[in-house]
Amino acid sequence: MPITLTDAAATHVKDYLSKRGKGIGLRLGVRTTGCSGMAYVLEFADDVAANDNVFEDNDVKVIIDDKSLVYLDGTELDFGKEGLNEGFKFNNPNVKDECGCGESFNV
Amino acid sequence: MALLQISEPGQSAAPHQHRLAVGIDLGTTNSLVATVRSGSPAVLADENGEPVVPSVVHYGSDASVSVGAKAAALAIVDPLNCISSVKRLMGKSLQETRELTGLVNTLSDSTDESGEMQVPRIVTAGGNVTAVEVSSRILEALKLRAEEALGGELVGAVVTVPAYFDDAQRQATKDSARMAGLHVLRLLNEPTAAAIAYGLDRQMEAEGSIVAIYDLGGGTFDVSLLRMNRGVFEVLATAGDTALGGDDIDREIVDWICSNGEIAASDPSTMRRLLEAAKSAKEQLSSAQTAAIKLNLNDEKTIELELNRTDFEQMIEPLIKRTLAPCRRVLRDAGVDKSEVTAVVMVGGSTRVPLVRQQTGEFFQRDVLTDINPDEVVAIGAAIQADILAGNKPDSDMLLLDVIPLSLGIETMGGLAEKVIQRNTTIPIARAQEFTTYKDGQTAMALHVVQGEREMVSDCRSLARFELRDIPPMVAGKARIQVVFQVDADGLLTVSAIERESGVVASIDVKPSYGLSDNEIETMLRDSMENASDDMQSRKLAEQRVEAERVIEALDAAMQQDADEFLDADEKSQLLSLRSGLQDTIDSGSAAEIKNAVEMLEKGSSEYVERRMNASVRRMMAGQSVNEIEEKLAD
Repeated sequence: MPITLTDAAATHVKDYLSKRGKGIGLRLGVRTTGCSGMAYVLEFADDVAANDNVFEDNDVKVIIDDKSLVYLDGTELDFGKEGLNEGFKFNNPNVKDECGCGESFNV
Repeated sequence: MALLQISEPGQSAAPHQHRLAVGIDLGTTNSLVATVRSGSPAVLADENGEPVVPSVVHYGSDASVSVGAKAAALAIVDPLNCISSVKRLMGKSLQETRELTGLVNTLSDSTDESGEMQVPRIVTAGGNVTAVEVSSRILEALKLRAEEALGGELVGAVVTVPAYFDDAQRQATKDSARMAGLHVLRLLNEPTAAAIAYGLDRQMEAEGSIVAIYDLGGGTFDVSLLRMNRGVFEVLATAGDTALGGDDIDREIVDWICSNGEIAASDPSTMRRLLEAAKSAKEQLSSAQTAAIKLNLNDEKTIELELNRTDFEQMIEPLIKRTLAPCRRVLRDAGVDKSEVTAVVMVGGSTRVPLVRQQTGEFFQRDVLTDINPDEVVAIGAAIQADILAGNKPDSDMLLLDVIPLSLGIETMGGLAEKVIQRNTTIPIARAQEFTTYKDGQTAMALHVVQGEREMVSDCRSLARFELRDIPPMVAGKARIQVVFQVDADGLLTVSAIERESGVVASIDVKPSYGLSDNEIETMLRDSMENASDDMQSRKLAEQRVEAERVIEALDAAMQQDADEFLDADEKSQLLSLRSGLQDTIDSGSAAEIKNAVEMLEKGSSEYVERRMNASVRRMMAGQSVNEIEEKLAD
């Protein structure tokens, strides 16, 4: 499985999707932007495009386009809390270095 | 590693550019802050999981300031330096603040001779503070919590205010947010926020639908009727009772405990414990059929009682019936039948009481909406709105707009109201109109901002007055004064005037008496319809008067200058008699009579005017070449 979700991440994704009331899954991706080269994309997915790959883990459909998959292969999506803050984390084995905050990265 | 949220398709933010926005319910007793994370709105709690921040601020003698639960705890030992319910003081004058009942704090006596608008200050050990400052402390605490929870700086907040808040109160709320370093994306009416939380603005059949918002809080009751109109929730009517709420229910239970447990609540500490027991019993009875009340009193007397729901409901029924009178009133005021109400939203902790839901449901003959925590529903609606305003939603999600309820305009000569922004214009809006001077050499202009649909200023509501000074002396009608009316997204009006030739400017923020109740708005609208033809006559008359005065003014100025040069004695007396004829009709005559007299004077003076013009042309041309004259004319 090229992409996995931890239990915590899957629970939250499913919860958010059901509250949103529509959407077929979660879109992961990368964009060339940010202070250190690449930035993650984390969005609700309403449809699947021609060059998309669809994976399913922990009951969640994950949609990634061909280009992004190269950078994300093997990534585990986690959900965590830091103090009052909470959100999703990419544990991406392809990352060589990332900016201080981890919002953008290089491979 | 940063913590990321799920965005809407195509709305992922660039790194470090997350558009973090919150909704704030700045309440009289409690305040909350909420945000939308990964598409879901939620209230932000502190590290102990407590969502509510009590709206209490304590000022210590060591310049320390505490906010929320910490300040509330200090209220018992140091009530004078503790300020609660500051919302009641927002935008109030010193006089109004003095008249408020139940204010435990001391007001500053220092009187400022010069200032017309005196800002009331509360005396504390940490110095004298204004309501705006106190409120900004609460907002600051909420902002800090939000930034900690969201891991970044906020781009802005939507802050809710009661629908009946007038402009001064709204402006004060905005000021306190600015003081707290919070950018206000928009002020939102509390009932509108509740309706948004339930997504009532996004339903297919939303257009024209009418929603009732029933808000029973700790100490106050409000009911509002909203109508969805072209994507805008318009407040049709509001009513309420400022001394009715959950606290009254608690007191009923305390009385019951006292009489059944055969005790008297004499000292404050016993009273406080009784109130706690009553609150807990009330909360139990929201789900259970009976509540056990167990209380160890100081004199080692133990009270053990059981209150069942039937008895509880019997004792609070009169209180709940009292909320139905305002419900009836809003329906009547709005001219709406119960059956037209398509949804009833429950707001405020006291709406957890099953009897409240049942009675309200029976009154409106439909199920009431209770899915969202009634304490949080307003903050959640504000958060949803903030998320949209911050730009986290695709454009297809329409923006909630507001409209101007009554036209805004300016007084022109003759007491006429010249409308600059028409009613029902969506805000924000800016409109400019050009005016000019009325007299030769006029160096100042008084601007009177009015609101209303009627033609005469005397029938409209006066909002503000200000003056544009230092206009360079010019011939009447030469000055070009641009007046700009600007209404921001919160309905706050700024009027500015600029003289285009010289660039002198003056402006005013309209604060006082801007807010009209819906009843007043309706009355003003109805009057404007009923008096339409009278108004037209008044306008004609006023316009003729202005014209007549202008003509007389011009004639006087000319005659003073050169009457003897161009007129013989006969002509002069003839003109003067026409002039006095016109002067007489100005005050007593009809529009037609004045018009007639003006025409007669103009005809009678035409010969004189012609002679003057010829003379002035001769003067101008004397001793000049044709080229020079052409150049002059070209100017």
